[in-house]
Amino acid sequence: MKKLINAIDAVITEQMEGMALAHADLLRVNLEPKFIVRADAPVADKVALVSGGGSGHEPLHGGFVGMGMLAGACPGEIFTSPTPDQMYACGLAVNSGAGVLLIVKNYTGDVLSFETAAELLHGDGVPVRTVLVDDDVAVKDSLYTAGRRGVGGTVIVEKIAGAAAEAGYDLAQVAELAQRVSISSRSMGMALTSCTTPAAGKPTFELGDDEIEIGIGIHGEPGQRRMPITDADAITTLLAEEILDDGAYTRTVRSFDPDAGDWVEQTLTSAPFQPGDRVIALVNSMGGTPASELYTVYRKLAHICEARNITIARRLIGAYITSLEMQGCSITLTRADDEMLRLWDAPVHTPALRWGV
Amino acid sequence: MITATIVEAWLQRTAAVLDENKSYLTDLDAAIGDADHGVNIARGFGAVVQKLAAQPGQSLGALFKTAGMTLMSTVGGASGMLYGNFFLKAAGVAGDRHALTDAELLAVLEAGRDGIIQRGRAEPGDKTMIDAWTPALAALRASLEAGQPPAAALDACVAAAEEGMRATIPLQARKGRASYLGERSIGHQDPGATSTYLILRALAETLATASDEM
Repeated sequence: MKKLINAIDAVITEQMEGMALAHADLLRVNLEPKFIVRADAPVADKVALVSGGGSGHEPLHGGFVGMGMLAGACPGEIFTSPTPDQMYACGLAVNSGAGVLLIVKNYTGDVLSFETAAELLHGDGVPVRTVLVDDDVAVKDSLYTAGRRGVGGTVIVEKIAGAAAEAGYDLAQVAELAQRVSISSRSMGMALTSCTTPAAGKPTFELGDDEIEIGIGIHGEPGQRRMPITDADAITTLLAEEILDDGAYTRTVRSFDPDAGDWVEQTLTSAPFQPGDRVIALVNSMGGTPASELYTVYRKLAHICEARNITIARRLIGAYITSLEMQGCSITLTRADDEMLRLWDAPVHTPALRWGV
Repeated sequence: MITATIVEAWLQRTAAVLDENKSYLTDLDAAIGDADHGVNIARGFGAVVQKLAAQPGQSLGALFKTAGMTLMSTVGGASGMLYGNFFLKAAGVAGDRHALTDAELLAVLEAGRDGIIQRGRAEPGDKTMIDAWTPALAALRASLEAGQPPAAALDACVAAAEEGMRATIPLQARKGRASYLGERSIGHQDPGATSTYLILRALAETLATASDEM
């Protein structure tokens, strides 16, 4: 294993110190416990978005802290969820009184930790709501699994909900919108190579030179199936069809209701994509795939959408939610209405996403 | 009686055993999870031992609470939350006591196990740590109710935990990250059930050592 690190135990801390030095105008970092907040937090009268998850997915989430997106982010160890004490301290640091929305990717560790953090914040009188992102169509059913994983859709949710918070939506409104963006998103990913966590020192799974892994998550875990490598167009078609042909997906989601002071369960259905839909497309590198290959994927994706009378109204192409140095890509499509597109276009100023300023 | 000293010795032995088995647990996790269970859980129990050394003479309730909070803030991932909740619920039952009878030990362990179920919402057969906890505590209860001495009852408990752990091999995971593998999770032993077995084995060994010394 060759990596640009000093000591395995210092990987997260030193990355955070680097971010603080590089982006002092945008954010501040706290090392004990670990969290990142926007430089001007708490922002008076604005709802604060807090997300977090294992490290190794950079720029997610720390790279999205700043005006128009996240108020705070909590990095865990590599591929390990952060802990409730981080989320609790971060929530307190960003709360202006208008409340905190916790954006949770659907992984068991993240869910259990954010649930505890929500209860702690509520206990301290902080208005808190949660939204679950579960957009990975590689997971077919929710009954016999922990449900679909939260992957690329998270970036879209954080951008649009962040713009809504900046525009002055109240906590219930931001939460409702974030939930709507989440269930309007579908993603599918693939890997050309595995990746190596510093602690393990060896690749998480073995993949032959002529094999690819389809339906991966974002933690270097093996995916849904393995197949011989084909060309970019065939792989793009496979990913796009998994997304576009996915039927209605229904699951029961738990979210925190600050008025009841308790968890409420809602059954939500993601409707399948239809001709005439407008979408936001994310063609994302898993970390090791260059932009040239992402544009080759986008080229085919655009042709497929056009043939199905689906309009790509906005697009983002690059490395936004990664698995360390893994080679591969994911595609995310989010069905977007006028409100979502307007908020997508709103100014954002973070280390990894910046426009309109 | 199970004193606070014995409980601390149990947690120390747990930390040592998990550290010895760090690579074993991480390898099990690499097969169906994300290859971090051993490293995380060993770090967590190591931190618990350090915290407790700095706060001697606590009641069992306070001791378990320190253990639970420390695991929640140092392990990360689902296992930290689940084992953390185990000790927080155990703390609630242990309260101000400085020693437990055998029946109280059972009540503490059962409350902890219920805390894991409450947070994780797993059922037996989902291929999780619950598949070790459930038969282990059923065996402990049955043995104690049959009037067996605590050492024999704990041996039965550990044997049932081990059997439950091995019984996860043919199961298809329905909770946690392993569930995403679908049928590919079949044939692998669940790392969480394995760490539960090691924790209970450490408890039995600690009590056996303590009673030898008495």
